[in-house]
Amino acid sequence: MFDISLYFIFLLGLSSYYIGKNRAKKNINLITETGGLESHYGMYLVIWTILPAFIFYLIWSVISNYLIKEATLGSIPNDLLPNNLSMQKLFLDSIIVVAKGGSSLSKVPEISVAFYQNFAFYSTLGKSISTISISLISFFIFYKKIDSNVRAKNFLERIILVFLFISSIIAIMTTVGIILSLIVETTKFFQDVTIFEYFFGLLWSPQMALREGQVAAEGSFGAVPVFAGTFLITIIAMALAGPVGLFSAIYLSEYASKNTRKIVKPTIEVLAGVPTVVYGFFAALVVGPFIRRTSESFGLASSSESALAAGLVMGIMIIPFISSLSDDVINSVPQSLREASFGVGATKSETIKKVIIPAALPGIVAAFMLAISRAIGETMIVVMAAGLSAKLTANPLDSVTTVTVQIVTLLVGDHEFDSTKTMAAFALGMTLFAITLILNIYAIRVVKKYREKYD
Amino acid sequence: MIKEQTKLDIDNVDVFYGKKQAIFNVDLEIKKNQVTAFIGPSGCGKSTLLRCFNRMNDLIDICKVSGSILLDSVNILDKKLDLVRLRTKVGMVFQKPNPFPKSIYDNVAYGPKIHGLCEDISELDEVVEKSLKSAGLWNEVKDRLNEPGTGISGGQQQRLCIARAIATNPDVILMDEPCSALDPIATARVEELMQELKKNYTIIVVTHNMQQAARVSEKTAFFHLGHLIEFGNTEEIFTSPNEIKTQDYITGRFG
Ligand SMILES: Nc1ncnc2c1ncn2[C@@H]1O[C@H](COP(=O)(O)OP(=O)(O)OP(=O)(O)O)[C@@H](O)[C@H]1O
Ligand SMILES: [Mg+2]
Repeated sequence: MFDISLYFIFLLGLSSYYIGKNRAKKNINLITETGGLESHYGMYLVIWTILPAFIFYLIWSVISNYLIKEATLGSIPNDLLPNNLSMQKLFLDSIIVVAKGGSSLSKVPEISVAFYQNFAFYSTLGKSISTISISLISFFIFYKKIDSNVRAKNFLERIILVFLFISSIIAIMTTVGIILSLIVETTKFFQDVTIFEYFFGLLWSPQMALREGQVAAEGSFGAVPVFAGTFLITIIAMALAGPVGLFSAIYLSEYASKNTRKIVKPTIEVLAGVPTVVYGFFAALVVGPFIRRTSESFGLASSSESALAAGLVMGIMIIPFISSLSDDVINSVPQSLREASFGVGATKSETIKKVIIPAALPGIVAAFMLAISRAIGETMIVVMAAGLSAKLTANPLDSVTTVTVQIVTLLVGDHEFDSTKTMAAFALGMTLFAITLILNIYAIRVVKKYREKYD
Repeated sequence: MIKEQTKLDIDNVDVFYGKKQAIFNVDLEIKKNQVTAFIGPSGCGKSTLLRCFNRMNDLIDICKVSGSILLDSVNILDKKLDLVRLRTKVGMVFQKPNPFPKSIYDNVAYGPKIHGLCEDISELDEVVEKSLKSAGLWNEVKDRLNEPGTGISGGQQQRLCIARAIATNPDVILMDEPCSALDPIATARVEELMQELKKNYTIIVVTHNMQQAARVSEKTAFFHLGHLIEFGNTEEIFTSPNEIKTQDYITGRFG
């Protein structure tokens, strides 16, 4: 893909910085009249040397890539051409592999291979020559333009604006693209499985036939047990992280000395930085077996994979989300409210309970929301510690499965890409996305409302 | 006129912030059912001294108070003193109105509720109504007691804070520049209110406004750099001060 012409325009661009700068230095009136800097003219020349040529290069690449395939397909002798469209594509791919010096299992026609190689050679040659020429031409044109007192500063401002704009567009388009693909695949899924079955069905067992014609039971796609698993684990996690996070936030902001706070807060935040896979094997190898042994000693049936193990470890993981954010909002409750409360004779804990927590509540709720959406979306810990069986249970010692785990198991392994099983993963992903999105939007709105009140 | 009774007897009080001394050896007697004004240039320690009277300075780690302050002949600087009791007897109104982000009703009911002063809801309702009436706010808010206390005007908020302080039925009300965030009309309302309140309460007010001190107070104390320079009847302080510093400050020559 990268060829000599790109190196050339890059080097030319690099040197044009100094050339443009020098040119500006010699033109005595330029700087005083336009109010720019010499380096602006350097950058100006760099952009004009590289950008048009590079864009041309990209366009040529895209077009020639399309043309070469069409033309090569046309060059295949009629008797060898498969009539199925996807087979044609495979055949073409083999030709290209052979043309690039690889080998292919299927026999490919010499004539097409030669055609492809020829086409590629001339296309690349033409591309390189014209890219270099364009770069040189525009270099000279704009080198001359520096003489005519062009305002490089304004031009650079505009280029920066365009660059920033494109960056944000890319971010937005990516999001939109992901959502669209989720929606499309989800709609396909609901052509095979009814919405009613998905949202209310109590049986999740997506074992569809792997190959057409193979006799197997129809898969069953009732998502209730899967979501129940997710919620069970989330509840366990929040039952741990909610109180611990909130109380440590209260301790940090209201009781701890400045020095203690300086040490403890970052230490708690470290928890958020531990890779989730580490939490995963901590849950699977330490907490899980520990819970099994303990519950067995109480005579309770248990396996080492349990909702409790995954939930507790996940709870530890999300403690800092709650404590850190809550600490921030509690701190931003104005000191005057504390004084007002103490002023009428309230004790510290009364003040915290009756004034500070209520005043900070919206922010605390937002912190909880973010933590919950984090817990719902978490995958690694549950994959390793919660199990795979989609059971509808409220027993925390049982193994359960979650939405994210099911997505992983649906997509890992080999099966057709457009099977119902694969699309079920998209449906699950879409549902999960909708839930966390709603939680996040709600959290953001609550936080915003809260900000307005005290700023 | 009835014989003036001493409410607060301040004797030999020093206050330190860490190593820095903010109040030097202050002696002062605050009379019952009077308004006493604290005046003096910024940073002279008016707030610091005022905050000794309800031990608000306890909230600041580095602040140390020594000497004695007798409230009805009980030393309130005593380490073993019940702060909750003290602060119900000595209410405070702050410079910036600071209502809780709760309803108007709950703002006033806050103190009585935590101290369990009322037997039932109807008694609480009565206390709230009485306090709001004393603070001259009842007529303006009686139809919207359930709206947030932060949603009324600044002047109304300050009177709400006064009502909140009154609701625990204190003896003394401390006011630290209660009008500095208010416009002239709201200020006039609060000043009127102080005249009304002193019938039942003893009021100490910190102010930067000389006219205000002259208008509302019976006694005035002038501080400079942590020292009590002069203390006496307001009229005398403002017409014929003994100290040259007081004279300079009142006439606006420094400060
Ligand atoms: N929390 C504190 N920590 C350290 N020093 C303080 C603190 N609060 C006040 N001081 C110092 O104590 C002195 C008196 O302050 P104080 O607030 O009592 O003055 P003030 O007379 O109320 O001033 P103002 O009229 O500006 O409110 C000042 O020198 C101030 O710097
Ligand atoms: Mg002050």
